Amino acid sequence: MTPEPLLEVCERVLRLVGTDAEAEITVTSGSESLTRFATSFIHQNVTDASRQLHLRVALDGRVAEAAANQTDDDALERLVRSTIDAARLQPVDPGWPGLSPPFEAPAVDHWDDATAAAEPTVRAERVAAFVGAADGLETAGFCSSAGNEVAFANSAGQRATGRSTTALLDGIARTGTSDGAARAASARIADLDGAAAGSEATRLARDAADATDLEPGTYEVVLSPSCVVNVLLFLALYGFNGRAVEEGRSFARLGEAQFDVGIELADDVTHPQAVGIGFDAEGTPKRRLELVRGGVTSGLVHDRRTAKALGAESTGNALEGAGPFGALAANLVLEPGSETPDALIGAVERGLLVTDFWYTRILDPRTMVVTGLTRNGVWLVEDGRIVRPVTNLRFTQSYLDALAPGAVRGVGSDATLVGSGSYDAGAYVVPSLHLAAWSFTGGAKG
Amino acid sequence: MFEYADAAVEAALGAGARYADARVMDRRHESMNARNGEIEGLTQEGSVGIGVRALIGSGWGFFSTADLSADAARQAGTQAASIARASASVPGADLELTPVEARTDHWENPVGEDPMAVPLAEKGDLLVAATKAMRDHGADVAQATYDVWDTTKWLTSSEGHRIDQRIRECGAAMEATVNGEAETQRRSYPGIRGQYGTRGWELVRELDLLANAPRIADEARELLTAPQCPSLDATDLIIGSEQMALQIHESVGHAVELDRILGWEAAFAGTSWLDLAQLGSLRFGSDLMNVTADATLPGALGSFGYDDEGTPSHPVDIVRDGIWVGVLSGRDSAALAGLDSSGGAVRGDGYNRLPMVRMTNVGLLPGTSSLEEMIAATDDGLLIDTNRSWSIDDKRLNFQFGCEIGWEVKGGKRGRMIRNPTYTGIGPRFWQSLDMLGSEAEWTFWGTPNCGKGQPGQIGHTGHPAVPCRFRGVRVGVR
Repeated sequence: MTPEPLLEVCERVLRLVGTDAEAEITVTSGSESLTRFATSFIHQNVTDASRQLHLRVALDGRVAEAAANQTDDDALERLVRSTIDAARLQPVDPGWPGLSPPFEAPAVDHWDDATAAAEPTVRAERVAAFVGAADGLETAGFCSSAGNEVAFANSAGQRATGRSTTALLDGIARTGTSDGAARAASARIADLDGAAAGSEATRLARDAADATDLEPGTYEVVLSPSCVVNVLLFLALYGFNGRAVEEGRSFARLGEAQFDVGIELADDVTHPQAVGIGFDAEGTPKRRLELVRGGVTSGLVHDRRTAKALGAESTGNALEGAGPFGALAANLVLEPGSETPDALIGAVERGLLVTDFWYTRILDPRTMVVTGLTRNGVWLVEDGRIVRPVTNLRFTQSYLDALAPGAVRGVGSDATLVGSGSYDAGAYVVPSLHLAAWSFTGGAKG
Repeated sequence: MFEYADAAVEAALGAGARYADARVMDRRHESMNARNGEIEGLTQEGSVGIGVRALIGSGWGFFSTADLSADAARQAGTQAASIARASASVPGADLELTPVEARTDHWENPVGEDPMAVPLAEKGDLLVAATKAMRDHGADVAQATYDVWDTTKWLTSSEGHRIDQRIRECGAAMEATVNGEAETQRRSYPGIRGQYGTRGWELVRELDLLANAPRIADEARELLTAPQCPSLDATDLIIGSEQMALQIHESVGHAVELDRILGWEAAFAGTSWLDLAQLGSLRFGSDLMNVTADATLPGALGSFGYDDEGTPSHPVDIVRDGIWVGVLSGRDSAALAGLDSSGGAVRGDGYNRLPMVRMTNVGLLPGTSSLEEMIAATDDGLLIDTNRSWSIDDKRLNFQFGCEIGWEVKGGKRGRMIRNPTYTGIGPRFWQSLDMLGSEAEWTFWGTPNCGKGQPGQIGHTGHPAVPCRFRGVRVGVR
């Protein structure tokens, strides 16, 4: 399907709803494919030719939502009838914010025909190149490609269409005592270089081999973009989310210098490296939204419900069926600095270079204390030089304190698109960071 | 629906697959949530489609579509074989499948009260009343929710399987959150993930949300001023059954997944500290530790008649008298590991996800002690329960878990409430320190409806029979 027929499905649904109810409908159609490899062979390889309809209706403030994946006339009639019937039985929702008014979405088109149509052989070629570049080391990972088209319509007159492609390559090489990781993300699968990623993962795995223990404690760190994405994801989930602010669970205080002056953070689907479409699940257009300017908290993300509750405007960050969760920034961009990753390492007196975080979980949302582990390579750095690999460590660290005023010693120039890895939170464009202190509370061996 | 699955399998074989199976799945899901005395969301979801799996050489190919017609099914089968052929271009050793009897059967779990048939107004009134009660008792934010799933699936395979199953599941959860000057506290009931099972609405009625709402709100408020969990390198730790379910899930269940042990999840979910060469001899825990994976337990969330490869559900010993003796497996992973048969633990999340090794009901068999006996037998320690945070390394060895609430235990009595309890350990050392095990009277089949695994991501429904336990010499209060 092309966006126009999807919009026609939306119009059919709105006609079935009639004029007695407010309604919004999103139709998504496309294909998502993922080729997984492990022990250096492709062991799982999938394609889902997906289609999804999401309908929300409100009858005098009585609201119900439904999702379905069939578009024939009977199925649409059942969808509309059952959703309206359900809404009738609901009490009035005092927080119902009404529908998004007509408003033009930004002209973003993160789309590549070749990626949308990529055959399994195209992904397999990249996997083969990754495996081949590993110089005999065992490898594992995946290559994916996806193309989705989206149409939105509501009974307030808003109409929007969008499309987006995404291609990811993510793999490790393994020495037996260590893993090294490399990854790439783009809207174009042609940008994914399997051989380069395989070589990089192999180099890092060998550099991380035969690691030895390091006494837990507080160390300077240089965090790779993958780690930085994790930090920003937690800030987005628990801090900048309008729902968390409304409920008093957020650290965010607008106008206060809560971050180091070097932190410039925005949500920006228009960024040239971004992926995604130009409107949210409620049809509200996205725009560049500054969240932190010069270290000062300057913005929050909202859907229509949290915006109504706080007297603000929706920022186009509604998630489909998010319910009590609230709004989420899906296109965070942390402004890069001028220093190369090597220069960041060169400025470390005694600290750690960390490739990846793993299994991070929040301990307290207000203080943003998070625990997790390192993965895929950690190195001790002394006097600006990498001295030796160390074994994985557990950390218990306030992500807010880690970025507090005076805590950021350097921002890398290596702005990289990295998938957020969870919560369907999109992909962020971030550089490496050199931070003054990170609290490692134990070795992974106990 | 079998005709579509048959057409897909036939097409996959015609396109060169040496084995193929297909699942048509029709799933309905209903969820409602209330916040602070108001209904805030009602969602009813339906999906139907077919997923086809084809094997060529060492590689699987999987194709799924929401189009249900004979033509679309045949095309899906052909596509699955085409994808499998691409897999074979980066080959390993040919995958074999352990034998399983091809059966024709129907299975469905018993349900007392069809949860989809309970009036929406009644379900909504329950959530509204529960959240109002929490607000009345000081909760700044009170939330309650329920979920209902009704899934029918039809499986056929090139070996002759022809199995249809209907699985109905439901459950509910609620939580009270309070905001203090510097931190937030939360109490959940019956647990952080609620309680879910392969049962009808009677499960929700038995939870008695209304009777427990005031208590958890009071406890959340009390936690704000409770002393911090002490930081101790070693103490006696009594863990309630809800947290034990999480402990089992993370440090036993995932560790014994055979796909992880074989390295198939190395780049994402991780591997396992367990080495197959030690199966049958490795000491995992103390003699009190007996763990099974049993998809036949009535009402438990991880129960079914057949897994998604057509293997009948059956109990599998995982740890016997503290010794590691079993794994969670499917037909391909079992064959590669040299096992005689599949453990029947392969399931897919929806028609559009490749079936993979998932936990069934992985849990502890009960012992002989009661929680009160554990407290009475503890001179100086802590009692903690209700999971709040969970983090474990990619080998499932080093864990750090947090609970919502704890109490000091002094001289055999429960003492002051403590806040922010955490504990950490290394799996086998921790399990070997188990010295008191709860009895059958406190055996609870906890249900986890949100176990994430796989790429693309899949959500699994797993069960975890658990009892309160006491462990010796545990590090607590990690800060």
